[in-house]
Amino acid sequence: MEDKNKKKGLSRRDFLKRTGTGVAGSYIILSDINEAKSTSSSEKETLKTFSSYAQNISITVNGQDYSFMVEPNTTLAELLRDELKLTGTKVVCNHGECGGCTVLMNTKAVYSCQMLAMDADGKDIITIEGLLKGEELHPLQEAFVEQDGMQCGFCTPGQIMSAYALLLNNPQPNKQEILKGMSGNICRCSAYPNIVKSVEEAARKMNK
Amino acid sequence: MKNFQYINPTSIKEASNLMISFGESALLYAGGTDALSLLKNDIYTHSKIINLKKIGGLNSITHNKTSGIRIGSLTTISEIAKDETIKSEYKILHEAANEIASPQLRNIGTLGGNLCQSPRCWYYREDFDCIRKGGGECYAYEGRNKFHCVVGGGPCYIVHPSDMAVALLALDAKVIIFSEVGERTIPINELYVLPSENSSQETILKPGEIIKEILVAPPGQNTRSSYIKFKERGAWDFASVSVGLVLEIVAAKSIIEGKAAFGGVAPRPWTDDKFNKKLSGLALNETSVSEALNSLLNDSETLSENAYKLPLVKNLTKRSILNLA
Repeated sequence: MEDKNKKKGLSRRDFLKRTGTGVAGSYIILSDINEAKSTSSSEKETLKTFSSYAQNISITVNGQDYSFMVEPNTTLAELLRDELKLTGTKVVCNHGECGGCTVLMNTKAVYSCQMLAMDADGKDIITIEGLLKGEELHPLQEAFVEQDGMQCGFCTPGQIMSAYALLLNNPQPNKQEILKGMSGNICRCSAYPNIVKSVEEAARKMNK
Repeated sequence: MKNFQYINPTSIKEASNLMISFGESALLYAGGTDALSLLKNDIYTHSKIINLKKIGGLNSITHNKTSGIRIGSLTTISEIAKDETIKSEYKILHEAANEIASPQLRNIGTLGGNLCQSPRCWYYREDFDCIRKGGGECYAYEGRNKFHCVVGGGPCYIVHPSDMAVALLALDAKVIIFSEVGERTIPINELYVLPSENSSQETILKPGEIIKEILVAPPGQNTRSSYIKFKERGAWDFASVSVGLVLEIVAAKSIIEGKAAFGGVAPRPWTDDKFNKKLSGLALNETSVSEALNSLLNDSETLSENAYKLPLVKNLTKRSILNLA
């Protein structure tokens, strides 16, 4: 194994180093975003060119109102991730099959990759970032940590948003209702038993 | 995904006129849960998308004791699944709606879109120049055809993926179609066509025609109904085979009359008239039901990988009938 890796020029140590650089890289990108935020939206838009198809939409995301020019072929997930930098919403299959991109639209769970940003015009969107109160985790987020409701964690934001929508409509679901409510979210690590436990625990906490 | 012009008509008449004036470059767009996949994969290459969701008055369910229910074509599948009257009086519709896709898709997908969705054939949805896309060959016929049709196929062997269409066909629902010359009402049975009649579209809808509402007559006092869907995954999936059943039953002993409709077996929601006739007067015991099922889909033509659908459809139908007894 070691030889193979060396041939490819990638040892475990190199991998860790690179990952480390990756983390630092992300940090720099994040500080770029913070700078970008301080630029006014009109200034930002002058930098962009739009096709004649682009239209203006108004959208509320995590309680804040925004107005955007969007190209019609932009999905809601792309708008959230690329424009608002809310990258907690994950695009995995990009075909409305896996649930990684789940957000709430007017209190209902939707696949943000499988709808156009245009269709969110005038709508109220909540993403995983919207569940935080400052640095304080939402009971659902806490429950997923405590019950180990994940392995790699990539599907977790979508799982939590589906659970959030489920508990909004049904604060005390039984196991069957949890399975049905969460059926639009795939976990490739197969952490399903602990995902169910996480939702059950969150429901208990939230109903106290 | 190529870019396109997104147009928001506010009346069904305006949408219809836009479809006529733009012709083949325009696509009707409701929830978009199916259309968006086809746009992303460049199977749909329309340059104008006519969004129907800003049209008012088409997203509600109205109940009337004498005329039955009226469901607007823009009503979401979730709304149908949670409607209490549908749940108690039209169990088949409730069960079909509940079996569609996932909560996220049911929240966005509409009834009209569900009825008009494109086939789930993997050759059609991938980069094959098949008959349905104007090419000369059905790649499923001699290719991988596990999920393709066992009856009504040729020259194209798709199955129609709609669960609502099967349920509504068993209920003898009617479809109100809007067009610039006025509205017309047809039985849902007449909405769909076989590939032998038209291999490039699944419905009779002409340019400018839009499904406006669906009507279902009130159930009789002795009506019982159900929808059973067999799928490969425990969570959401399209039907390998599904059975919608509406029976008039007296004293749990025999069927007065009944109608079965099948999904996953044909290029359109399917019924077998001979079998439906046999349901009249059928005694509700396993022997009689099994006997009646012997000739179900006798005119089938299975492909290399889908013969399993025949015993599956018979067993699901038997289970449905006996469950309702």
